Amino acid sequence: MLKQLTNVQVWVNDQDEALAFYTDRLGLELREDVTVPEMGNFRWLTVGVPGQPDVAIALMAIPGPPVFDDETREKIHALLARGVSGGLFFATDDVQATYEELKSRGVEFTQEPTEQPYGIDAGFRDPSGNHFRMAQRG
Amino acid sequence: MTPVHPVRHLLRARDLIDARYREQLDVPTLARAAHLSPAHFAREFRRAFGETPHRYLVTRRLERAAALLRSTDRPVADVCLAVGLRSVGSFTTSFGRAFGLSPTAYRATQPPAVQRAYVPTCVLQAYARAGQNSSFREDSRAAGG
Repeated sequence: MLKQLTNVQVWVNDQDEALAFYTDRLGLELREDVTVPEMGNFRWLTVGVPGQPDVAIALMAIPGPPVFDDETREKIHALLARGVSGGLFFATDDVQATYEELKSRGVEFTQEPTEQPYGIDAGFRDPSGNHFRMAQRG
Repeated sequence: MTPVHPVRHLLRARDLIDARYREQLDVPTLARAAHLSPAHFAREFRRAFGETPHRYLVTRRLERAAALLRSTDRPVADVCLAVGLRSVGSFTTSFGRAFGLSPTAYRATQPPAVQRAYVPTCVLQAYARAGQNSSFREDSRAAGG
């Protein structure tokens, strides 16, 4: 039986931009940043929520050939920009305070803190267009 | 640095609708968010998302109105104004076109499951808007397309 979820992947438009956003703006911590010359300089870049060491978010650049042909790569770029991707859900003890903190650092919000049947939540995006949410369970 | 995809700017305008649908959003405001001239904005928005900004705004307001009808007991006129629509008459008409029922009838038919299934709002917003095959006249001056 499966034991644990360890990594989730997020496509990003630009890894340097993403790293700055996820650490400086969202407040996540850098976990691994390794470039592999023998794999076409593939860069394995992961971040995570401080205090939750067993789950990491891999910030993946969209590769060109030989992984994806140019058309596929461009389609993924275009889909990211349309905001179809994302789907990470974060938890916080205080949505309002976290909202104000992230907003002051320039995070784009798609939904201000709103009361829901399950608590209070808010939605935001990364620079690539990925959509995330955070919730404070009621 | 990988260049920003042009549609990413249009997504900002769509996000603005999702975040501020309660306000009287006009084309220049939305166009500014997308870094486009008002003249180009509606066409580019439609090319990116398959519908006009006006239609997206109206269907977002109707979707949020339906949520308020389900989750609150506020009067229909309050719900209408709360989502940024100004005419209760055309709200009722548009709502009926989108959901097949008047706001009052819609509220009466809501199954209790809606209150028990804690579906995240982003999922709700994505799935609960009206389909592509209906048209709306509400607020055509506010965000024409």
